[in-house]
Amino acid sequence: MKSLEELAAIRDRMKNIVNTREADENNIRIAVGMATCGIAAGARPVLNAFTEEVARREIPHVTVTQTGCIGICQYEPVVEVFAPGKDKVTYVKMTPEKVARVVSEHILGGVPVAEYTIGAAQR
Amino acid sequence: MQELSMNLLDIAQNSVAAGSTLTELTVRIDTARRALTLVIADNGKGMSEETLRRVTDPFYTTRTTRKVGLGIPLFREAAETAGGGLTIESKVGVGTTVSATFTLGNIDLPPLGDVAGTVVNLVQCNPELDFVFRVESDGEAFCMDTRELREMLDGVPLSTPQVALFLREYLAEHTENLLKRSNLI
Repeated sequence: MKSLEELAAIRDRMKNIVNTREADENNIRIAVGMATCGIAAGARPVLNAFTEEVARREIPHVTVTQTGCIGICQYEPVVEVFAPGKDKVTYVKMTPEKVARVVSEHILGGVPVAEYTIGAAQR
Repeated sequence: MQELSMNLLDIAQNSVAAGSTLTELTVRIDTARRALTLVIADNGKGMSEETLRRVTDPFYTTRTTRKVGLGIPLFREAAETAGGGLTIESKVGVGTTVSATFTLGNIDLPPLGDVAGTVVNLVQCNPELDFVFRVESDGEAFCMDTRELREMLDGVPLSTPQVALFLREYLAEHTENLLKRSNLI
């Protein structure tokens, strides 16, 4: 069974990485729509998959968080990626299976996965 | 909503939106009485009697962006369908407590689902707020309090993905046996 001792070890490991001003400025924010519509459409497993992918690959300066309903409920689960100095990218109809590719190509590689974006869905 | 944990997440988000700084989530299982109770209690801004009267109406919402608010009505529906009910107590400036009861073994009782994941989602997405998560199951109990975790983390945010992942696994392991009693009937 996991114990809180492990949390102390994580704290010591993360302390140097997360607590700097520089970290804030370089921070990429992944926001998952978690209003009633998003939750019902399956946003929670998507949020969990992003968290897991970012944590397991030890990617620094990435926050996985939530946003409310942005008014496109038919496209839920919706995920917005905010990277410093770049335009917001909106992914629609996200699934946990799509997450690894977004993390590899977009979060790490800097190139959005065009086919998962709202632009592609509306075409 | 396919799982009660989704309702739990949804209702707890209302608490967050109401400015709650300490939200307590309780899952209570009493197999002898065939009762499952979910409680979301917050110290947010509370509701007036007028609002409280209308809150289970799906065509009532305090939002100005659109005219429906489905969170509470869906939760009430789930409870009433499964042989239980929903009660809301609220006081302006004090907070709101939403309690839903369900009958264990009722054919229409949705599964609890990923309760641990839900709690961690709330903590991770609102790292500056505090949450207490309690599971009470036939006299056994588990409790997590973010105020204790925060102290332990010593400045490392609760939103750190590595922390969130650990908490999800930690909570899942420690609550699995308690929560699965809800399926035993």
